Amino acid sequence: MENKLIVSLSPHVHSGDSIQRNMYGVLIALIPALLVSFFVFGLGAIIVTLTSVAACLFFEWAITKYILKRDGNTLWDGSAAITGILLAFNLPSNLPVWIVIIGALVAIGIGKMTFGGLGCNPFNPALIGRVFLLISFPVQMTSWPQAGQWGAYLDAETGATPLALMKQAIKSGDPSVLNDLPSSLLLLIGFPENCQAGAGCLGEICALALLLGLAYMLWKKIISWHIPISILATVFVFSGLMHLANPVYASPVQHLLTGGLMLGAIFMATDYVTSPMSHKGMLVYGVCIGFLTVVIRTFGAYPEGMSFAILIMNAFTPLINTYCKPKRYGEVAKK
Amino acid sequence: MKTFRIGGVHPAANKLSAGKAIEPLALPRQAVFPLSQHIGAPATPLVKKGDTVKVGTRIAEAGGFVSAPIFSSVSGKVNKIDSVIDASGYRKPAIYIDVEGDEWEPDIDRSTTLLKTCDLSPEEIVSRIKEAGIVGMGGACFPTHVKLSPPAGCKATCVIINGVECEPYLTADHRLMLEKPDEILVGICILMKAAKVNRAYIAIENNKPDAIRLLSEKAKAYAGIEVIPLQVKYPQGGEKQLIDAVIRRQVPAPPALPIHVGAIVQNVGTVFAIYEAVQKHKPLFERIVTVTGKSLKTPSNFLTRLGTPMSQLIEAAGGMPEDTGKVIGGGPMMGKALMSTDIPICKGSSGVLLMNEHEARRATPQPCIRCAKCVSVCPMGLEPYLLATCSAHGDWDRVEHEQIMSCIECGSCQFTCPSHRPILDNIRLGKGKVGAIIRARNTKK
Repeated sequence: MENKLIVSLSPHVHSGDSIQRNMYGVLIALIPALLVSFFVFGLGAIIVTLTSVAACLFFEWAITKYILKRDGNTLWDGSAAITGILLAFNLPSNLPVWIVIIGALVAIGIGKMTFGGLGCNPFNPALIGRVFLLISFPVQMTSWPQAGQWGAYLDAETGATPLALMKQAIKSGDPSVLNDLPSSLLLLIGFPENCQAGAGCLGEICALALLLGLAYMLWKKIISWHIPISILATVFVFSGLMHLANPVYASPVQHLLTGGLMLGAIFMATDYVTSPMSHKGMLVYGVCIGFLTVVIRTFGAYPEGMSFAILIMNAFTPLINTYCKPKRYGEVAKK
Repeated sequence: MKTFRIGGVHPAANKLSAGKAIEPLALPRQAVFPLSQHIGAPATPLVKKGDTVKVGTRIAEAGGFVSAPIFSSVSGKVNKIDSVIDASGYRKPAIYIDVEGDEWEPDIDRSTTLLKTCDLSPEEIVSRIKEAGIVGMGGACFPTHVKLSPPAGCKATCVIINGVECEPYLTADHRLMLEKPDEILVGICILMKAAKVNRAYIAIENNKPDAIRLLSEKAKAYAGIEVIPLQVKYPQGGEKQLIDAVIRRQVPAPPALPIHVGAIVQNVGTVFAIYEAVQKHKPLFERIVTVTGKSLKTPSNFLTRLGTPMSQLIEAAGGMPEDTGKVIGGGPMMGKALMSTDIPICKGSSGVLLMNEHEARRATPQPCIRCAKCVSVCPMGLEPYLLATCSAHGDWDRVEHEQIMSCIECGSCQFTCPSHRPILDNIRLGKGKVGAIIRARNTKK
């Protein structure tokens, strides 16, 4: 044959979408929250974030090359960098470098590469890393630096987080404790300086920056609205009912704006690999996460329940995929 | 504005030849007619080597009810009855005719006068359509008379005319609507009469505003015909998607047919062929073919005699570009990549698309990141990632249970996959296997 025509099956065109485009899209969406965390926690935030990202990239590269012995390297597909940033977002800014590196090793090594790398992990790697650190280093992982200490790292002054106050209110049965919470506006824009309960981990300090990221990801069609909106709506409704029943429980707006809720709902629960495939499944997943989060926050031993709720629902994702099928053509009711 | 309700994608339109009027293509030196140009039994030859034929002479007879006769598009002598590699890539029996002059069968009306009145009964119309060898000209090539003979107990309520042309690049139907609107409208009236309905919808995507305007204006003179502009979304030209978009009904899972929700869908090209067959006694032997591609000199729309080799169309459009990497029969989403340009134009050939070396290559597949984009774009509401994985693992029971046979092979999943995975390749594998299993089970019963 003199011609060299390529013969392949249809479709012969592609949308141009790629793993990189989606992963870098998420990284872009993380930029506002990243900038705010640098601004609020200063030096410590920069050290923790850089360590976490560099360690995640290193472990991804080293494990692919020396343990899995694969030719292609997934270093630059963006997924390890996202894990690094999300892990850092879940840590206090005064965490020593060596603990951050252990977290990154657990996140990438155990959370992701043990299962075969990108696309194969059942649980969100960044959350595996965070929960591992939380259980192994409970003291370091629960002393939160106060916002607004520019040059501080290991010596940063720590304070109470809004969620700790909310827990205290429930334990003491005294709703007036909640008056010490920063105002909702401050929680939204993320500069709770000079407040009693203005501490927190890197990424959860400014709800507005996280919402900007959500808007960007929805606009670029990187994620669909189903998971974040169902989580936020469930938390709002469920905590609202509790608040109405007994004012010792914090108001729904305070629940929405504090802790890792926005971070989890927007960036952690929406992780492609570990969330359900159909829209119906995504709604079930989101509602369950929202419900579990409020339950853990109000009745559990830990002040924050987001990480546990997401990890629990990650485990249910295969089950959700089995039972929540997309609406098939031909099953729509006649109008 | 209306559109179908489940899934869909937006490939770049690239309608390069939309502004180019239809030109008749010169006669080929030799015309080749494969005997299977339609879904169903192959036609049986009526001529033998050395026979003289005219334009419009019947050269092969329908091989069954679901089949269609074939007519010569040229005058000349039968050279041989042999085989040819057609767009499917398989060798199929075919009739070769050497062209001499251009002598037409005398009863074909070659004038351009519009004949509006049709006094035939519905049965007579269906029989004329059957005898003219008309098949669905959008690409599926389903014999038209079969669609017009509904099974007992089913009754059509409307006909839907498919002027969507959702495949990128192709403009054959668009040009036809612009240049032959009166003939199409008379054809629709005939079709409505044959189907015994009094409603017809002409569905056109709103990236063809000129066609929507022209046909809406002209349709005012005809009772019961309405133009429905649709949002641009692929695969709106799929029969099931179009029915959902236009009349908001969904055809139940196979073996149910569109007629079960009261709809008969016909392509505009088919409607034009019906007009010519019924009013002008002209059987189906020529069609409009778009020849297009980014590197091609003059992307064009040609009125082409069936049996013409594709190479001749490419020559007429400025010749094969140096950088050609792939030649596609049809559009880029569902067309077939061809192994040679000697393949003849058949009844279902809507276009010839040349892709350059760069466009023709697929990217390397990456691991599935379970982003669920394939699930949200599937117009049949299936889970392409699951069907592809289970097919690759040979789990035929599972894929059958997950309704693999409902897949219309539109390619939206593979088009959208960020990991460039060969999703549809694997689903086709599974469909083939499951189809064979179902057939074996049915014969055992």
